Amino acid sequence: MSDSVFASVVQAPEDPILGVTVAYNKDQSPVKLNLGVGAYRTEEGKPLVLNVVRKAEQMLVNDHSRVKEYLPITGLADFNKLSAKLIFGANSPAIQENRVTTVQCLSGTGSLRVGAEFLARHYHEKTIYIPQPTWGNHPKVFTLAGLSVKTYRYYNPSTRGLDFSGLLEDLGNAPSGAIVLLHACAHNPTGVDPTSDQWEQIRQLMRSKELLPFFDSAYQGFASGNLDADAESIRMFVADGGECLAAQSYAKNMGLYGERVGAFSIVCKTADVATRVESQLKLVIRPMYSNPPIHGASIVATILKDGDMYTEWSVELKAMADRIISMRQQLYDALCARGTPGDWSHIIKQIGMFTFTGLNTSQVAFMTKEYHIYMTSDGRISMAGLSSRTVPHLADAIHAAVTSVA
Amino acid sequence: MFGRILASGAVGAARSMSTAWWRHVEPAPKDPILGVTEAFLADPSPNKVNVGVGAYRDDNGKPVVLECVREAERRIAGNLNMEYLPMGGSVNMVEETLKLAYGENSDLLKDKRVAAVQALSGTGACRLFADFQKRFSPDSQIYIPVPTWANHHNIWRDAHVPQRTFHYYHPQSRGLDFASMMDDIKNAPNGSFFLLHACAHNPTGVDPSEEQWREISHQFKVKGHFAFFDMAYQGFASGDPERDAKSIRIFLEDGHLIGCAQSYAKNMGLYGQRVGCLSVVCEDEKQAVAVKSQLQQLARPMYSNPPVHGALIVSTILGDPDLKKLWLKEVKGMADRIIGMRTALRENLEKLGSPLSWEHVTKQIGMFCYSGMTPEQVDRLTQEYHIYMTRNGRISMAGVTTGNVGYLANAIHEVTKSG
Repeated sequence: MSDSVFASVVQAPEDPILGVTVAYNKDQSPVKLNLGVGAYRTEEGKPLVLNVVRKAEQMLVNDHSRVKEYLPITGLADFNKLSAKLIFGANSPAIQENRVTTVQCLSGTGSLRVGAEFLARHYHEKTIYIPQPTWGNHPKVFTLAGLSVKTYRYYNPSTRGLDFSGLLEDLGNAPSGAIVLLHACAHNPTGVDPTSDQWEQIRQLMRSKELLPFFDSAYQGFASGNLDADAESIRMFVADGGECLAAQSYAKNMGLYGERVGAFSIVCKTADVATRVESQLKLVIRPMYSNPPIHGASIVATILKDGDMYTEWSVELKAMADRIISMRQQLYDALCARGTPGDWSHIIKQIGMFTFTGLNTSQVAFMTKEYHIYMTSDGRISMAGLSSRTVPHLADAIHAAVTSVA
Repeated sequence: MFGRILASGAVGAARSMSTAWWRHVEPAPKDPILGVTEAFLADPSPNKVNVGVGAYRDDNGKPVVLECVREAERRIAGNLNMEYLPMGGSVNMVEETLKLAYGENSDLLKDKRVAAVQALSGTGACRLFADFQKRFSPDSQIYIPVPTWANHHNIWRDAHVPQRTFHYYHPQSRGLDFASMMDDIKNAPNGSFFLLHACAHNPTGVDPSEEQWREISHQFKVKGHFAFFDMAYQGFASGDPERDAKSIRIFLEDGHLIGCAQSYAKNMGLYGQRVGCLSVVCEDEKQAVAVKSQLQQLARPMYSNPPVHGALIVSTILGDPDLKKLWLKEVKGMADRIIGMRTALRENLEKLGSPLSWEHVTKQIGMFCYSGMTPEQVDRLTQEYHIYMTRNGRISMAGVTTGNVGYLANAIHEVTKSG
């Protein structure tokens, strides 16, 4: 047998986020709690497939005229149009003027990667500014796409809120034309979002410096429970007539996680530019995976194009968002009841699926070892993984960690 | 609240603002293969024939969803959740898929020496491998056969792996240029990486014989070359998946540590589901674990984890003996229909009194026939007869039916009869 040409390959470390679930699965404790990956759970701690999604799936299965042919490189056309409407607004002038190019991609990750590859090839500035902190996978996506990554201040650990002056200063110092990654709502991992007024200031600053906005929208509908409200930041930028990029994911808000459904859009100055941009996006996609998977996008399109199903979806989505908001309140109340030292109001102020607890890595390790609580080492917990039944256990663990571990 | 923001006056100022970022962006050329179907769809002619993209059609020219797939879908709909798969994809699906390539009782599988991840069909498997090759064999190049599936060049280019070519197709005989191919293998620096089509070469349909594969494998040993097999048509070549994996088995018997891309797009008709697998044979289990972990590191910043639906269909079918039997029967049915159409096309052309030899139509294997027609002749077929194929003269036999074979033969005869 010949020697392997890959004999020197070392084992890669576990992915910091997905590795949490791997560790959780190995744990035998009956009280173990997975607050790692941002996947929604019911009150019973079970994954949830939305009723409207089941309905859409059944319609697809029963429709024997449906085939499994290749989608075009850019994906399912209906899905693309409907996704653009969802994020930019049904009456968006940019859409009406055909200035938006949208391509179906593999969830949020795939949309970010395709967009970043496009920028690395066709945009004059190869630096992207990402907030500090951000989703763990962001830096890798952009680096592998050929961009260089810098950060801008975002989270203020002492207030557990937004470091707004730091943000403005850092973006103000960025070179003209630099790309800026913005979380459209429900910032991951902190749950800290700018207010509307702050968004407007960010917009003005960015436009004055010709910084290019690249939105990551993974939680539309999950932040406030309202799909339009959660798209406000993006729509603000589109309304000023300027250009921007947006990555959309249906993993959480439609519970389609494993189906890998997402969309990448570029809002361009003119329809002609949008057409040319689309043709270049195809050249990025074809050597990556040729064309995107059909199943999840078909489910989304089925739901978005039917008025009743759309309504049903927004009701189920609001219910998920409301349950998370209720978990926030319960956890906060539980910590107050235990007299846990510190100000825990950030739990109810932060938005979306995650709470950035402020716990340090030692405290997190302690909670995993002693209480079988699984979360990422940055102290981020997925509220979606909590239930009324498990809140007390988590509150006990936090209390113990804060009082016994420095 | 939103209205108040809009009224703030900033909008007017912004509209007179500068630069469009993308004015300089050139329109990209149409994909040579997928662009054919676009053009076909736009054609209003009732006689139009699409023998472009390699997607199977039944004898009525209709796309097919296999019965085993319909049944699998019925079973899984409504039953399971849609949670993220692990980064490496569905373990069940990967296990079953490796058995197809490596053999049910492969020692390599028993010894856990194969690093494998679910990939986005054949394209995704090739791309993941190319990225892995770039990262862990950064000084290597890839030798690609001439001709090959056009997207192979794009894949390794985007992975920033330099490319070389090796002789493969012999235009005069419309067969394999074995001597030149062996020369290229011998002349390549030791330890070079080669892309090989396991069976049913795309676009030519020309495969080495078993004896030739043995010689190739031997020469690879002498030179210490790395063999990467792209197997997109297992089952489609002969109708028997075991037989179609022969080239791979020969290399494994000879102790090669190969890489392999597998696709279910054609042989399970799962095209749009994007289901495939990338595997890399390692020296031992520990190495396989390491390699797999690194493949996952490449997948994570590309798409995080692969789509679940198609993988579930595959594992449902291959995990159920009855469904698997049904699948094997349906694959053979598809392969047999194509073989039948090859015979029909050749006989029609010969009956028309074509001055050319059409022996290659039945000698070539798999979904495609490399007709030998020139781009100009192909253009005439499209413009005068509304027949759509790629300009390299590749005919997708899957698009040929008893209903259109006569029309197709006549058109080919008309554009080629003057030699």
